[in-house]
Amino acid sequence: MALFLRRTTNIIKHFLVTKSSLATNQTSLTPSFFSVSHNVCSKSYGLAPIPAVFRRMESTKAAELKLDPQFYSSEEEEDDREYPSSEPEGMDFPGGKVMFTSQMSFIAEPGKTRVPCYRVLQDTGVPTSGEIHKLVSEDLATRMYNSMVTLQVMDTFLYEAQRQGRISFYMTSHGEEAVNIASAAALSSEDIILAQYREPGVLLWRGYTLQEFTNQCFGNKADRGKGRQMPSHYGSIKHNYFTISSPIATQLPQAAGAAYSLKMDNKDACVVAYMGDGCTSEGDFHAGMNFAAVMEVPIVFICRNNGYAISTPITDQFRSDGVVVKGQAYGIRSIRVDGNDALAVYNVVQTARQMAISEQRPILVEALTYRVGHHSTSDDSTKYRPASEIEHWKIAKSPITKFRTWIERNGWWNEEDELEIRKRIKKEMLQAIQVAERLEKPAVAELFTDVYDQPTKDLVEQEMLLRESIIKHPKDYPTDYAV
Amino acid sequence: MMNVLRDIGRGRGIGIGRNGREIGRGIARGIASCSSSSSSPSLLSSLSPSPPGPPPPINENENENQGGDVKSMNLFSAINQALHIALDSDPRAYVFGEDVSFGGVFRCTIGLTQRFGRNRVFNTPLCEQGIVGFGIGLAAMGNRAIAEIQFADYIYPAFDQIVNEAAKFRYRSGNQFNCGGLTIRAPYGAVGHGGHYHSQSPEAFFCHVPGIKVVVPRSPQQAKGLLLSSVRDPNPVVFFEPKSLYRVAVEKVPASDYMLPLSRAEVMREGSDITLVGWGAQLSVMEEACIEAEKDGISCELIDLRTLIPWDKDTVEASVRKTGRLLISHEAPVTGGFGAEIAASVVERCFLRLEAPIARICGFDTPFPLVFEPFYLPTKNKILDAIKSTVNY
Ligand SMILES: Cc1ncc(C[n+]2csc(CCOP(=O)(O)OP(=O)(O)O)c2C)c(N)n1
Ligand SMILES: [Mg+2]
Repeated sequence: MALFLRRTTNIIKHFLVTKSSLATNQTSLTPSFFSVSHNVCSKSYGLAPIPAVFRRMESTKAAELKLDPQFYSSEEEEDDREYPSSEPEGMDFPGGKVMFTSQMSFIAEPGKTRVPCYRVLQDTGVPTSGEIHKLVSEDLATRMYNSMVTLQVMDTFLYEAQRQGRISFYMTSHGEEAVNIASAAALSSEDIILAQYREPGVLLWRGYTLQEFTNQCFGNKADRGKGRQMPSHYGSIKHNYFTISSPIATQLPQAAGAAYSLKMDNKDACVVAYMGDGCTSEGDFHAGMNFAAVMEVPIVFICRNNGYAISTPITDQFRSDGVVVKGQAYGIRSIRVDGNDALAVYNVVQTARQMAISEQRPILVEALTYRVGHHSTSDDSTKYRPASEIEHWKIAKSPITKFRTWIERNGWWNEEDELEIRKRIKKEMLQAIQVAERLEKPAVAELFTDVYDQPTKDLVEQEMLLRESIIKHPKDYPTDYAV
Repeated sequence: MMNVLRDIGRGRGIGIGRNGREIGRGIARGIASCSSSSSSPSLLSSLSPSPPGPPPPINENENENQGGDVKSMNLFSAINQALHIALDSDPRAYVFGEDVSFGGVFRCTIGLTQRFGRNRVFNTPLCEQGIVGFGIGLAAMGNRAIAEIQFADYIYPAFDQIVNEAAKFRYRSGNQFNCGGLTIRAPYGAVGHGGHYHSQSPEAFFCHVPGIKVVVPRSPQQAKGLLLSSVRDPNPVVFFEPKSLYRVAVEKVPASDYMLPLSRAEVMREGSDITLVGWGAQLSVMEEACIEAEKDGISCELIDLRTLIPWDKDTVEASVRKTGRLLISHEAPVTGGFGAEIAASVVERCFLRLEAPIARICGFDTPFPLVFEPFYLPTKNKILDAIKSTVNY
């Protein structure tokens, strides 16, 4: 113990020497504390709030206003925290002054009160506040609705195609259409997307066609991924959408690296990294969040907390108050939003994007939603969750129904529009499937390309051996491939 | 020495049974003795695994039913049965991993939570490094930690825990500590529609790591006996299960608690013209090739390696000395695959007996491709062609 204290004193001495440089850094910034005072560290527990220092820039004043005053208070406001009067002083420590206290108080684990969830539309589709709907124009709202319905119909068709054995696998986004589409709508097409896999709606919003989705799922020669990956693993450089990789969470540190590039290039764009609730348990989640914070990169992390990772409920995944609270420990500003409220998601992501770019900082968004479909076509979710739970989220909490009610209330949508769009998308999907099915598979040569930029000698030799085998044993190989 | 080798070479002969039985008892002794490896009575030694009652019965001769109850079952049921026995026979055994509670995505852990409770069979957070690290800690405290990695393709986040931790736990502590109670199960291999990340055969990475064992069963009966041996082996084991066979392969499996020896290859089929070595699901493809070759008058000896490290060189060497030719086949890419190690060892040991170059029929040096799977795989005819060209060299 004594040794530890001695060491600490030395460390402090060391910091005192370097203090001047720290101080100059700090004076150039407007000192400001956003102290989060929800249950995790509320006064009533006698816990000191955890201050997070951040640069305030002119351009983000508007965004700051949207930080819920219930959960954020600035230092300029009266600081009525109780510091023991006998020991008012603190110490300079890298990261800012740390106050001393003689009270031994632990930061509590989450209590019963949870971080509230921002929403605009009630489940009935009625806005909580009258003015808010002006944020989204009729044109944007109907386009968003169109896309949500398109995603839903596409999912139904491709899921069915798998059931009929036409494709090998599929993952639906049922129940998560609002997170998909509304987040995409709030972004610029220059923003770089690193998705998990249940975010095809972002690609759809950016103009990836139903035919392109279907081609990928059929792995035909028109698939830009050359049929090499399982269905639902889309990617399109044209749409700034990195190709999906199955291993969970690997995209998160990569997102930080991509965002660093945007930062270095002074781009007016950010990276948006999507993930599921299960994803937050991986080591790469930690790496991604921490790198993003330390490197001060423009990135919006969007976690779709849909209650399950395959069969594993979130109660087996983490004991924190969901995902939103994880951001703070990394020094990342975070918010929880109703993921089934397209308007709320839109507002949050738009604001998050603005802050991420203008302040060059990561933002974490936790969208509460529900995976209405099975995990994938390999899963039967009734084995691990009650049908009534699925039904509740499918019907009463449907993000599509909610948004539809709202646009109908505004007089922007009616039954006729509804019938028309569903009919049109169904027709398009039927056609897309027919076309995709008729296209032959990628040429066999593509088995060996792209391993490296150029085929190696070994690969050239292996391709020759394969061609000999195909000639010798044509019956061993499928015929719908160009050899 | 030569006698022993000849006995082993005979495969199904009495010799292997006897030797096997001895080795099997050795395994049981190893388990019993690891409880007393610590010299002073410490917390750790008091927690070390000591199976209650007599060591589990060992059925060495897997080709003979010992008169007990035998049921036809598929691979996942055999694994499930082995896990039931592992938990039942050792109160300090645990089964855990992603989605394990509801039975696992391949149903291997079905019914275990109900039977043994949520404290012994449980879901983990989605984190492979966590699963293996947790398993190492649990095992180091004298428990049997049976960890499931959902797909072998997702074992890489745990690579550090396996390679730098599990494999070196005993060595770096001068044998004060060990995590021998750890077994990592992971489904591997092609299934027809798995693409890059649900098809891989990563065994070779782990065969480069002294300190762990790598075991791959080929069938339900083998899986049960090898898994029980792996769980009870005093060393950490990575146990790769051929997932394409989970539901397909059905075999008669004794209901009893039996173990099959590790580091012991099995001659599945005797022959005189060429030796074929493989493991796991690939063996059934190789067996078909052997049957076809037989029609052309080529007599093939087929060896299931079963344990990849430490592997049974003697059995392979004895066979190659007899046939003078060797073909190795695996799904993983040919370059740096475990076939390379076998080939090098055989050249070292019986260079002068070889009558043809050693053939390797394996996956290509590409990632595992979804739509090109039928082209990528080492098929029966690729093997058959190689058998013929090797024999006619
Ligand atoms: C590293 C890794 N481990 C395991 C898996 C298998 N797996 C695929 S999806 C999934 C659950 C992911 O859950 P979540 O992040 O909540 O996303 P959701 O499916 O709910 O959208 C698991 C365990 C994987 N793909 N990658
Ligand atoms: Mg989830």
